[in-house]
Amino acid sequence: MTPIGERDAVRRLLQRLGLGARRGELDAAAAAGFDATLDSLTTPGPDQGAAATPVPTLSPVDRKAQDPASAQTAQAERAQLVMWWLDRMAAADRPFPERVTWFWHGHFATSIQKVRFASLMAVQNATQRRLGTGDFRALAQAMVVDPAMLVWLDGGGNRVGKPNENLAREFMELFTLGVDHYTETDVRSAARALTGWAVNVPTATTSLVPRRHDPGPETVLGRSVTDAPSLVDQLVSLPVSPQFIAGRVWTRFVSDTPPDQATLAALVNAYGSGHDITALLRAAARAPAFRDSASVLVREPVLWLVSALRALNLPASKVTPAALAGGLTGLGQVPFAPPNVGGWPAGTPWLTTASALARLNVARSLVAVGDFSPVADATAAERVDATAALLGLPGFTERTTAALAPLARMPSQLVAAALASPESCVSA
Amino acid sequence: MNTLTRRRFLLASGAATVAAAAVGVGWKDLADRTRTEPLPVGTRVLVVVTLYGGNDGLNTVVPAGDPVYQSARPDLAYGQHEVLDIGEGLGLNPGLAGLKQQWDNGTLAIVRGVSYPKPDHSHFRSMDIWQTASPDHPAGTGWIGRWLDANGRDPLNAVSLEPVLPPLLAGATTAGAALPLRGLALPGGPIGTAFTALGQADDGESALQAYAARSIDDLHRTVATFGEDVGVAQGGAAARGVGLAKGGQKGRAQAGALAAQLDVVARCVEAGAPARVYSVSLGGFDTHADERSTQQRLLTEVDQAVSGFLTRMASSDRGRGVVLMAYSEFGRRVVANANEGTDHGTAGPVFVAGAPVRGGFVGAQPSLTDLDDGDLKPTTDFRDVYATMLADVLGADPAPVLGAGRSTLPLVSA
Repeated sequence: MTPIGERDAVRRLLQRLGLGARRGELDAAAAAGFDATLDSLTTPGPDQGAAATPVPTLSPVDRKAQDPASAQTAQAERAQLVMWWLDRMAAADRPFPERVTWFWHGHFATSIQKVRFASLMAVQNATQRRLGTGDFRALAQAMVVDPAMLVWLDGGGNRVGKPNENLAREFMELFTLGVDHYTETDVRSAARALTGWAVNVPTATTSLVPRRHDPGPETVLGRSVTDAPSLVDQLVSLPVSPQFIAGRVWTRFVSDTPPDQATLAALVNAYGSGHDITALLRAAARAPAFRDSASVLVREPVLWLVSALRALNLPASKVTPAALAGGLTGLGQVPFAPPNVGGWPAGTPWLTTASALARLNVARSLVAVGDFSPVADATAAERVDATAALLGLPGFTERTTAALAPLARMPSQLVAAALASPESCVSA
Repeated sequence: MNTLTRRRFLLASGAATVAAAAVGVGWKDLADRTRTEPLPVGTRVLVVVTLYGGNDGLNTVVPAGDPVYQSARPDLAYGQHEVLDIGEGLGLNPGLAGLKQQWDNGTLAIVRGVSYPKPDHSHFRSMDIWQTASPDHPAGTGWIGRWLDANGRDPLNAVSLEPVLPPLLAGATTAGAALPLRGLALPGGPIGTAFTALGQADDGESALQAYAARSIDDLHRTVATFGEDVGVAQGGAAARGVGLAKGGQKGRAQAGALAAQLDVVARCVEAGAPARVYSVSLGGFDTHADERSTQQRLLTEVDQAVSGFLTRMASSDRGRGVVLMAYSEFGRRVVANANEGTDHGTAGPVFVAGAPVRGGFVGAQPSLTDLDDGDLKPTTDFRDVYATMLADVLGADPAPVLGAGRSTLPLVSA
């Protein structure tokens, strides 16, 4: 293992547990040091940027409504919700909660395509933000009866006598345990424990309808359960669950290479009996592999975009909406619309020929409205280096330096091309 | 977007590093070889159609006359008058009118009850098993990948029209080529020049960063060879929406996505491209609720895409060598759930079609009463279908790919 230097470790920290450095933040964090940056990043506090980007008020309008006016409203609210979250991520002074919420959105991957109501997606998002940095058990308890989740995995139709296994299976396979850690009998028993929940769309709430609930008791993985809370308690207290959650965190925040035994033990220990997600993330950042030069991650498109918005001091809502929406679609990652319950991919699947072009096109729409004055204000000879600094990159290869140099007299083009460079595609 | 599942398969099967090699092969290479070494006319070609999400076999090849079927899924069952009769008490889903024509022509075979011992009910695991052809233990390679390994190691022999290489094409030493399918308009001027230069390799960079650079380079090679409208096929282009593992109910597959892929396959076959195997896919078959309308819409899309492709292929000498095989990772439970849908099950039908195919049924229809904990008992092992494709379509020995002892089925004429 080749460790990276202190400044690069701080840079990595701001990219991985944050959403990328804004102007001056890397210098300040490097001066404070890694440990102090990790502490301040993961400690809650006032956030003017978040306060300035309040959650939009959404009406419960069906995306598939028959009358054109309602359908149009639903479409507009969906776009509004996506734009709001991008604005929030770009504006947050304390990006850690947003970054973790993004992680849980991919973990409990729920899509508006089937849920249909932006209002329900907004409620799920708020729950993931409220609980996402705390006790995983509380988060899992909330998710198993979350309105959008019940629509998404057919939990609302799961009733005594005629269970629907969808939610029970994915909750074990993808959300808490991982495949191979339960039997088909456990799936069926868990489905019965989850029977009887109903979604109230106008109030965006759920409730248990006793006559639709199978009182059990059921045996799931050796313990008797009767309902959603006791099932989730059982699942998150199984020894395999902390390892599974730690593995998911590791893949997204640290490295494609799984943690070694000692590191995994340290992660699980930090998570502890309190299922402490923030403690787990801090332990991941303190792991030796976090500073390994080989621990490079491909940036997910949304994280690439948000990092660019923050570097360019640019709210997402200032970008041409069509360019942004088309760009995210072309890049393959639209918030609130993961492809399936397994969430978005990680790594090289993001690096396709088509996405290479989509990245450049999005970058060009960003520089049309963004602030890149540190590059424009530099002398032509300094502009390539100034671009790397602006974008929070450690520097460019000879290849990229040579490719960008002819654009030195066109700062906007220079910054756009740099955002599409291989260096910008990864978190080094 | 549509890639998660395949990425998961790659990770699960350890094939991710193999797949990376495929980025180096692009349309240019395929075009060059088509010019210099076209496939001899009459060479057989296999087109693998993967239906992600677990297609409900019992509502695809429907035992509509069986009272057990009717009572097991009262809101979901098709009546005898609704299905397209193909004999033996079975009928095709009403969405499959084009395939019914193929059946009547004698160019469609239906293998019934196909699965493997101890079927797995996880989408991700079961699809991994089908694509690696390894039910017993996780395998690092896909079955077509192993065929590539054993037959000249040429990545251009197996081509995916999907956004990401599916694991079935990943071998130990060779991976098939994943070629993109969408309109690609490159910028001109200085930024276009700079963008081109960003695709060059640089010794000093990490593997992932180098991968990003190769993707830029392959983009430019593709456009240089085929023009900006590559893959903008009839029926709407865009790889977006292709292969959604659990789309449909959970994120709908894009209309025309399969037709667009098969259109490119048709053009490649007609031109004599060197590929012996093509991989295409469609997602959205995970129908836990409101199954009838969703599945019928998807099957109609499959039907229009596949029967259109088969008809086109039947009209040329090269096309008459094509055999298409369509499968899904599992069927569904016999009894419907409370939401007019079905939960994950086991055996399902595999469709094999094309001019060289011997039409008709192969394998026994699973019993609806002799069940394994509510699931159909498989009657045919999918590896025997694969063995047949290897032996009778690709002219290869199945043993190095599937192990010894597989049987071939009477699906393809000699």
